[in-house]
Amino acid sequence: MAHAHADTAHHDEHHDQPISGIRRWLFATNHKDIGTMYLVFSLIMFFVGGSMAMVIRAELFKPGLQLVDPGFFNQMTTMHALIMIFGAVMPAFVGLANWMVPLQIGAPDMALPRMNNFSFWILPFAFTLLLSTLFVPGGAPAGGWTMYPPLVLQGGNFVPMLIFAVHLMGASSIMGAINVIVTIMNMRAPGMNLLKMPLFCWSWLITAYLLIAVMPVLAGAVTMLLTDHFFGTSFFNAAGGGDPVMFEHVFWFFGHPEVYIMILPAFGIISEIIPTFSRKPLFGAVSMIYATASIAFLSFIVWGHHMFVDGMPVAAQLFFMMSTMLIAVPTGVKVFNWTATMWRGSLSFEPPMLFAVAFLFLFSIGGFSGLMLALTPADFQYQNTYFVVAHFHYVLVPGAVFAIMAAVYYWLPKWTGNMYNMTLAKTHFWLSAIFVNVLFFPQHFLGLAGMPRRIPDYAVQFTDWNMVSSIGGFGFGLSQILFAVVIIQCVRGGAKATSTVWEGATPHGLEWTIPSPAPYHSFTEAPEVK
Amino acid sequence: MRVTPVRLLSSLASLAFAGTAGANTSNGYNLPPGVTDISQAIYGLHMEIFWVCVGIAVVVFGAMIYSLVMFRHSKGAVPDTTMVHSTKVEIVWTIIPVLILVAMAVPAAEIILKMEDTRNSELTVRVTGYQWKWQYQYMDQAEGIGFFSTLKQDSNFARQLNSGVDPSTVPNYLLDVDHPLVVPSGTKVRILLTSQDVIHAWWVPDFGVKRSAIPGFVNELWFKVEPGKEGIYRGQCVALCGRDHGFMPVVVDVRTPDDFKKWVEEQKAALKQAAAPAAAAPATAQVVDVKPAG
Repeated sequence: MAHAHADTAHHDEHHDQPISGIRRWLFATNHKDIGTMYLVFSLIMFFVGGSMAMVIRAELFKPGLQLVDPGFFNQMTTMHALIMIFGAVMPAFVGLANWMVPLQIGAPDMALPRMNNFSFWILPFAFTLLLSTLFVPGGAPAGGWTMYPPLVLQGGNFVPMLIFAVHLMGASSIMGAINVIVTIMNMRAPGMNLLKMPLFCWSWLITAYLLIAVMPVLAGAVTMLLTDHFFGTSFFNAAGGGDPVMFEHVFWFFGHPEVYIMILPAFGIISEIIPTFSRKPLFGAVSMIYATASIAFLSFIVWGHHMFVDGMPVAAQLFFMMSTMLIAVPTGVKVFNWTATMWRGSLSFEPPMLFAVAFLFLFSIGGFSGLMLALTPADFQYQNTYFVVAHFHYVLVPGAVFAIMAAVYYWLPKWTGNMYNMTLAKTHFWLSAIFVNVLFFPQHFLGLAGMPRRIPDYAVQFTDWNMVSSIGGFGFGLSQILFAVVIIQCVRGGAKATSTVWEGATPHGLEWTIPSPAPYHSFTEAPEVK
Repeated sequence: MRVTPVRLLSSLASLAFAGTAGANTSNGYNLPPGVTDISQAIYGLHMEIFWVCVGIAVVVFGAMIYSLVMFRHSKGAVPDTTMVHSTKVEIVWTIIPVLILVAMAVPAAEIILKMEDTRNSELTVRVTGYQWKWQYQYMDQAEGIGFFSTLKQDSNFARQLNSGVDPSTVPNYLLDVDHPLVVPSGTKVRILLTSQDVIHAWWVPDFGVKRSAIPGFVNELWFKVEPGKEGIYRGQCVALCGRDHGFMPVVVDVRTPDDFKKWVEEQKAALKQAAAPAAAAPATAQVVDVKPAG
């Protein structure tokens, strides 16, 4: 026994420090290393997708075509969406899950470390494949990220590349989701029952089930596109007896839960940050869990609201309208709970809290426009206009992206052991919060006044708001450079962070019981949770 | 268009009073009330839900702002850590939204039923989407008339990459066609909508109608423009349909029933003339079965 024990000790010592060089990253099985790679990858994709958005806003600055031809414009809108959704937002949440789920539940690592390595390393290949379509004959995908046939099948060489890239992203997401579920279900520290588990882990647990449920559906849809294109099937080809609308049904059965995949982890993050800087426990924690689960369930029965204008029986229109409106109820409960958490608290406004508060206001605006879009008759006027663009950017940018930034600013000192430059981070916040509204608020007006989405050029009466929106876009894009600067500075050095990091506030959870930076191996012995 | 800071500022200042273009009834930042019962009902619903949202926002944002101002750590606020849960409050703020939603769903459902009632139409037009133009084929009293409707030449010239033409000098830039759809006012017009290639969508904001044109499907929609609201109404394709998606406008010329009758007779006469062996150059109307080039 003594011999075995000595052996184990030696083993631990050997692995206490990461191996040096590229092998540390290529063969990474440590959840912290893999989390870091996910987050860095996501940040790079955020800038790649963002630069495409800059091309779009530059072309739309004034009427007439000045910079790009309509075909390339369509490639930009399509690639911007694919990269931001699958390359920036989703990997950022997986990276946060990798870092924080084991730390929050007191586990030494993720349950399946080699699969974890695999699910990350698929992504650079998937996005190399996707981005290389920009250089093949016929160019990149230009039929919208929704890939509706028959349009997408008119594409050139990108078609198989797009489809395989989507398959790879899906496989990566499914493996990431399996890992989160297995880790949470099996590796919680003794005493941490599910109701004691932090809300971030809860929201990720539910998100992981959504991912496992819908990513195979997307894989099925794009596989049918593949066989339609190359093997003579007619799933979606009307001339062969197929049904183009069926693709829309299958796609949105994936697509709507996908929307919640991108926002539920954000809800979890906000539920961690607001109590910390309000110095008060989260209000209605159990109802938060029920609300998240209800949203997840409802997300499976609302997909038809993306397709009202495609022609639908009256009964289906009524069903999808009402199920969609119902989502407002649990979402409302969450917003009320966050507000009640701040109520009679003791608030301070460090960068994570600033982003969380902005999330509350601006995500709610996206929620309001969502409620308007749910009303079928009104949706007939809003659908496929800039009103929809404004709506989903409000929930995705000051929603999901602000939550990711809040999370980074919240846990960065725990990851690096250094405090970051607070002034610079606050400057980043204020510039982002102002420009994001200059960018997206006028798009409500454009849509209501009748500007369709996905057009490279527009009638002159839309000029003014487009200019305002473009100025906001450039400002928002440039402000994000500050984000990268703050992170790089913090990784390189800075005032040492304590294990609690947020002294004076009330951060709650196991991640604050270990030193900062979190040791390479944490919780090798399970902590006791009372 | 030349962009100067002064121009931008002055246009920003004047936005609240933005004028309308043509017969379109949008004020530049809101939905058009439009010229049909349906479009006006939708506008009413839209404003209703908008004010409901504003009301909720005032209450919720009010509570948030109050917290941000009053409960600041820097002002020595002491947190009330016992406030963690209240079943009563939670039930109340679940029930109230449900009631608001039901109150909104009822009028919305009424409008849906009205929109979908395509019975008793007085004129039917088959509308077919192509990359990138619309084809209109009349039935009923105008049977035989049919033509393609494509972006007007001056817009098409100005919209080319670096054309050197200032779009603001082109009348109805991107919103004008060679042959608009001509329909009578005060008449229930039914549109049968389909597509020959990819999915398009036909939209006239002022009529409150928007539907996808899908290959292999025929979608039905209808509108009835109030008498006295004759004029030119403009919209666009609203489903990404490829390279020139932004350049296939929908233009509807609404005339009085008498003027429409006159127009139908003219078109039929032109058709007869075109069909005659020694016909002169064809007029605006084309034979129904003309296939588009390419």
